[in-house]
Amino acid sequence: MRHDMSVDREFLLPASSGFIVASFIVAVLLEWMPWHGMALMLRPDFVGLMLLYWCTHKPHRVGIGIGWMLGIFVDVADASLFGQHALAYTVLAFGGLVLNRRVQMFSLKEQSVHVFVLLLASYGVYALVHWQVLGYVEWNYFLGSLTSALMWAPLTLLIQKLRRPRRNPNEL
Amino acid sequence: MALEDTRTLRFFNRGPSAVARLVFFSVLSLLLLFVDARYQYLESTRQVISIIIYPFQRLTALPGEMWDGANAFLTLQGHLVAENEQLHLQHDADSAQLKQMETVLSENAQLRALLELKQRAEYTVQAAQIVYLERDIFKRKLFVDAGEQNGVQAGRAVVDNNGVVGQVTRTYPYLSEVTLVTDKDNVVPVQVVRTGLRAAVFGSGNISELDLRYQPVDVDIQVGDELVTSGMDGTYPSALPVAKVIRVERDPAYPFARIACVPLAGVDRHRTLLIVSGVPELPPRPVSGEDAGAKPQLKRPSRRGAP
Repeated sequence: MRHDMSVDREFLLPASSGFIVASFIVAVLLEWMPWHGMALMLRPDFVGLMLLYWCTHKPHRVGIGIGWMLGIFVDVADASLFGQHALAYTVLAFGGLVLNRRVQMFSLKEQSVHVFVLLLASYGVYALVHWQVLGYVEWNYFLGSLTSALMWAPLTLLIQKLRRPRRNPNEL
Repeated sequence: MALEDTRTLRFFNRGPSAVARLVFFSVLSLLLLFVDARYQYLESTRQVISIIIYPFQRLTALPGEMWDGANAFLTLQGHLVAENEQLHLQHDADSAQLKQMETVLSENAQLRALLELKQRAEYTVQAAQIVYLERDIFKRKLFVDAGEQNGVQAGRAVVDNNGVVGQVTRTYPYLSEVTLVTDKDNVVPVQVVRTGLRAAVFGSGNISELDLRYQPVDVDIQVGDELVTSGMDGTYPSALPVAKVIRVERDPAYPFARIACVPLAGVDRHRTLLIVSGVPELPPRPVSGEDAGAKPQLKRPSRRGAP
């Protein structure tokens, strides 16, 4: 499994900036869908996941600065306090950067566990700020980090599928 | 592969280290948080960004709107006829009641004039569509499609045909944010219809429950009592239905009775809401001794006392 992964990665196209921007736009649109009730509670953090993917796979392209800017946009759209998502995504991007060499050594299943811990930290930061400012925490909120971690494997497979070259490079 | 690896390694040579960036952006976030939570300096920035992302937000709301449109288009004619008939009946019943109401109103106006009471001012309403529901599980908020451009101001009450839904808490050029009455610790001053008792209901954070707090254990409140706004703080017009008592627990071990109510308005049901405007301004509240504004008041008597 481990070996297969590294073989797969050899054939990936270099990600263009356009592709990265488009992936973030799709993630943001998914996040802004009118979720509510139970679905809102279980909604994966698409933007956070996408940020984590690029931070672990292209750490020299997407980093803490981009995570912070995404956070500001999400803050405005969600009407949360300025800097609340920004802080959470800063922590998430940092985690992704620090662990990027390590996470790629593992299989997708093992990666998901790493990702779950990183997401839990980012969710924790968000909840902590909320608790400091408004004085209470809704524990159901943390369910989202679990569903997000479950989404990691499908998301990685999907993006790697999209980044695989259309033509066989050994043809010619 | 080899090329990619060297570029990945080079990351730590480019610019400041990851830890330095983490610290920088964390401090920046905390600074923003502090400024936003304490002072409202950032509202204009928020509005500018909200205009940039407005088209994207509309885009995400499209599938739902198209689904609703398709449903409306495909409604069966038989259903429409039945509904029309029912509406006619309702209209007849309502107009009879309205006639009665008119006479009562004129009589009431006359009586009030006799008593030299201030007339209860009429208020106007403005319809607005719900665009998004809350996207944050911590909050009970929604967004409606009327904003500053339509003359909406923060603080306006929002109602539907059954009662109070909430309050406008923030306005954008084309949107307004409405905090529902069920939002945690949102307070509405109310009055019990049956006894006239004044009280305040607090949001519980749960979509279908409100708490009536700080009432003594032997308070005269029964299950089924209706609560209406008292109009006491000038935010909500008076006599709008708010909630109905569903549970009263009187445990002498606690200083207060635990009273749970269910909101009457369809807090989570409708698509169109009404924003109330033109609520009469109350005369300014006299400053109390603890307020900072009380200083000139304290000085005045001493000046008077000096000569």
